[in-house]
Amino acid sequence: MSLTGIFLILFLVVHLAGNLQLLSNDGGQSFNVYADFMANNPLIQFISKGNFFFILLHAVVGTGLWLTNRSARGGQGYAVKVTKATNTNAGFAKNMWFLGVIIFVFIVVHLAQFWFQMKFGEVGADVVMVNYGDGDVKDLYALVAATFTNLPFVIFYVVCMVVIAFHLWHGFQSAFQTIGWNHPKYTPIIAFLGKAYSILIPLGFAIIPIIFYLNHA
Amino acid sequence: MKLTLKVWRQKNAKDKGHFETYQVTANEHMSFLEMLDVLNESLISEKKDPVYFDHDCREGICGTCSMVINGQPHGPMQGTTACQLHMRHFKDGNTITIEPFRAKAFPVVKDLVVDRSAFDRIMQAGGYISVDTGQAVDGNSIPIGKETAAKAFDAAACIGCGACVAACPNASAMLFVSAKVSHLGLLPQGKVEAKRRALNMVHQMDEEGFGMCSNVTACEAECPKEISVDNIARLNREYIGAAFTADEK
Amino acid sequence: MELNGKVPPGPISEKWTKYKSSMPLVSPDNKRRLDVIVVGTGLAGGAAAASLGELGYNVKCFTFHDSPRRAHSIAAQGGINAAKNYKNDGDSVHRLFYDTVKGGDYRSREANVHRLAEVSVNIIDQCVAQGVPFAREYSGMLDNRSFGGVQVQRTFYARGQTGQQLLIGAYQALSRQVSNGTVTLYNRHEMLDVVLIDGKARGIIARNLVTGKVERFAAHCVVLATGGYGNVFYLSTNAMNCNVTAAWRAVRRGALMANPCFTQIHPTCIPQYGDYQSKLTLMSESLRNDGRVWVPKKKEDAEAIRQGKKRGIDIPEADRDYYLERRYPAFGNLVPRDVASRAAKVECDKGHGIVPTGLGVYLDFADAIERYGKSKAHSMNLENPSPEKIRELGEKVVEEKYGNLFEMYEKITGEDPYKMPMKIYPAVHYTMGGLWVDYNLETNIPGLFALGECNFSDHGANRLGASALMQGLADGYFVIPYTIGTFLADEIRTPRFSTDAPEFEAAEKAVTDRLQGFLKNNGNQSAESFHRRLGKIMWDYCGMSRNAEGLKKARKMIQELREEFYKDVYVPGSLDEYNPELEKVARVADFIEMGELMCLDALERNESCGGHFREESQTPEGEALRDDANYAFVSAWGWTDTSKEPELHKEPLKFEAIELKTRSYK
Repeated sequence: MSLTGIFLILFLVVHLAGNLQLLSNDGGQSFNVYADFMANNPLIQFISKGNFFFILLHAVVGTGLWLTNRSARGGQGYAVKVTKATNTNAGFAKNMWFLGVIIFVFIVVHLAQFWFQMKFGEVGADVVMVNYGDGDVKDLYALVAATFTNLPFVIFYVVCMVVIAFHLWHGFQSAFQTIGWNHPKYTPIIAFLGKAYSILIPLGFAIIPIIFYLNHA
Repeated sequence: MKLTLKVWRQKNAKDKGHFETYQVTANEHMSFLEMLDVLNESLISEKKDPVYFDHDCREGICGTCSMVINGQPHGPMQGTTACQLHMRHFKDGNTITIEPFRAKAFPVVKDLVVDRSAFDRIMQAGGYISVDTGQAVDGNSIPIGKETAAKAFDAAACIGCGACVAACPNASAMLFVSAKVSHLGLLPQGKVEAKRRALNMVHQMDEEGFGMCSNVTACEAECPKEISVDNIARLNREYIGAAFTADEK
Repeated sequence: MELNGKVPPGPISEKWTKYKSSMPLVSPDNKRRLDVIVVGTGLAGGAAAASLGELGYNVKCFTFHDSPRRAHSIAAQGGINAAKNYKNDGDSVHRLFYDTVKGGDYRSREANVHRLAEVSVNIIDQCVAQGVPFAREYSGMLDNRSFGGVQVQRTFYARGQTGQQLLIGAYQALSRQVSNGTVTLYNRHEMLDVVLIDGKARGIIARNLVTGKVERFAAHCVVLATGGYGNVFYLSTNAMNCNVTAAWRAVRRGALMANPCFTQIHPTCIPQYGDYQSKLTLMSESLRNDGRVWVPKKKEDAEAIRQGKKRGIDIPEADRDYYLERRYPAFGNLVPRDVASRAAKVECDKGHGIVPTGLGVYLDFADAIERYGKSKAHSMNLENPSPEKIRELGEKVVEEKYGNLFEMYEKITGEDPYKMPMKIYPAVHYTMGGLWVDYNLETNIPGLFALGECNFSDHGANRLGASALMQGLADGYFVIPYTIGTFLADEIRTPRFSTDAPEFEAAEKAVTDRLQGFLKNNGNQSAESFHRRLGKIMWDYCGMSRNAEGLKKARKMIQELREEFYKDVYVPGSLDEYNPELEKVARVADFIEMGELMCLDALERNESCGGHFREESQTPEGEALRDDANYAFVSAWGWTDTSKEPELHKEPLKFEAIELKTRSYK
């Protein structure tokens, strides 16, 4: 969980960096060029395969862990249970799998909406092409803009980002604990970074649909 | 003070078990177990089966007592075993729910008594330093830093009660295992077989049906000896290191 | 019966070395064919089972706990003695030997004590090698502190949890042997009888406490390490399940119980506070290194404190009586336990007690906190530190030394001992008496050995602090692995015993009948209530001070109690299930018989020595008066048939290396 988690944490940074280009005021040119590059560069394609693999691995191992742990609890549950914990994020920690399931659903929807269209979308029917002087590229920006002017989708995206923030709030720090990176001096730094990360990154993602909605709706 | 107790009664491992409700009069100076003694005296005088619970030293050191009081292993006080919990922390008229430590690896023997021999088997898998009697060199021949000795002691303070397992949403025994791996691994005498120890103890823990750690830290909060989850990180470090570098397959 | 201690000849310092090298051995191949039963997994039993397993014997190890690690050795707080002389303060094997014999008021067997002192140094080394995290100095070297009755620092410690750490060391060694297959562990099995074949101990009957099944186990010899019988007093610092049953069942099969009246009353325990109380809690003797014991000089003050009108800190310095420092200037607060306990009783009997029951004295750390605070401030180069700063620094030092004890005290009493002086009172803590054993730790039944607190051999009439751990581990690690050979060397041709033998059948039937008898009794009173009444009789008449009249009366009361017990005790449940009430009733039955024997022994020994204080035998100042001319012997009692009078055998005590002197700590 830890290693795949750390990979996905890194992935989110790159993903956000790309997405923020949606906000550049050039009618989507830089984003579309970037999207085209991401969709066709062989190295990126290789990493992208790895990324899918890690997401699936993270989900499968996580589900296995959840099942094992549920069975370890035994048949008879507590009638009264107070979970006191020294972690402030124990509430999320206990529910990582449920948060994960929501995130998984989000990823499927998200991929269907954008990634699938970018890769396999039928030109004309699903996406249009634009030309910035260096050959035709798919206008993913227009697709994004269309989606994010739809209020239910905006809400869906923002809510999912909150869920991701919860998942990361525990996951970031936990990943380091699991690989044994614990030190009286450095753990507080990791904890701080983890919290900053799990607020800023989802916030960065969430801001995009909100701005689009406010600007275009 | 008058209290209502909801106590888990279960005849044996096969029985389904149920709650029974009792009224008991206690006073604030009693320990929690003495309050149960009072209940049992009255049950016996009515020729009913007393509520069985494990207990022994009643000084918070043997690790025998094991019960979940109002949803918390060893009750509401931090760093306190059930036997050291006193009734002054409860109020007149309280209802108290008492359950056994629950986990698949801790089958119920009777009422609040559970079988924790899984811990013994984990210890047998490697929780020791392989030194025969009479082989030792002088105790001062290997200096051990005061801080190292103190850290090792902090881990060694584990009383093997199983509250960590009872508290953990995953019924994981990582705090118990990591305390032993840390205690011995921190000392120069125990470093020699640190890798084997980590691998074998974790393997046995999995065999026994304990869950895996997801860093909830409920164990640390409920541990009557306040053993730190830093030990779990240390175990993870040791385990990962061992898994990658062990000479055996 | 002629009691032969089998002490080897020669000068005391060479006895053990010579004996060890001339002892019969069992070859490794033969060891595999020999079975040893070890009952008990405390320091002595755990260490013995592990060491015998390492040697290659086929060991079966029994505990009634759910895990060997629960044995009551775990509760020992203060430390373990060893004649290492790391402090360069003049310690030596001889001095430890001398201190122990003197501390025991010259009622122990010299040769055994010397051996104990000799192997004490190996114990520390062994434990360090096992990973026991003893306290260290900044240099990385082992730290020491001082204990009662000695003037050197020879006590090794692991905070206030030394017993726990040593026991876990032994438990780990035992676990290793279990995984190696040399030791088979039987958790939750209680021994209920010894089986003798042709006069030799060849097995035990034990009840599986989970299933309730009474089972037979055979071996070539049996080692008992089942602890002491302090719980005869009901209220003691012993764990709730500590009992005399294993030892007492051996007595009923012909073993002798030696010096049963020698009980240690520990001076620093938390005073009793209610009738429902189930046990007393010890506050480590190490606290007397820094704590000062006192009571108010004026009775009015004591009365006011008892009524809650005044507090300890309200009493001005001039009105406090530091009675130990006053009476025993040479040792002060660190006099041996028996002396400190009796002194507390004297003060409370005079009406100076400071808890509502009148039975309590203060143990005060204010001076220590100030002293440490000043020293710390000095080392931090603080100029003119405020009293608050000194207090704060001092409290930190005290916390480092005794933190967990202070915490425990606060948990139990709800009072902060850093601010208010601790309230303490003596309580039953340890029993020096036990099964009679010779130099080999073998009882008068061949093949039946007794180790640790279960035997009588090393502490005489009073045990010094931090010596119980030492004895348990000495017996288990360094004595029995050798001396068991003296018996087993002759058994190498003896084939394994079958549990179908008629002796096993008869013993099992006797055990089952006895337990069924209790279950069928259908009386009205719980075992617990009888136990409580027995404890009261014992404490009142056979406690800190005893007299002939009281002891006679007590014996009669116990006999009546026994009669009532068999008529009216009630046990719920059945034999074939988990039934702790049934366990308890069988233990209480044995306690009642043991209690009677203790009173008889105390009556018979008309002298004061160590923990045994006969009011008839004291100096004009109220100090214990020994009678070496008439009582320099071990009383070993045989009592196989409790319908008859117990039979007294005497083993004379010869002191060759140490001159018999009046014990003085003044």
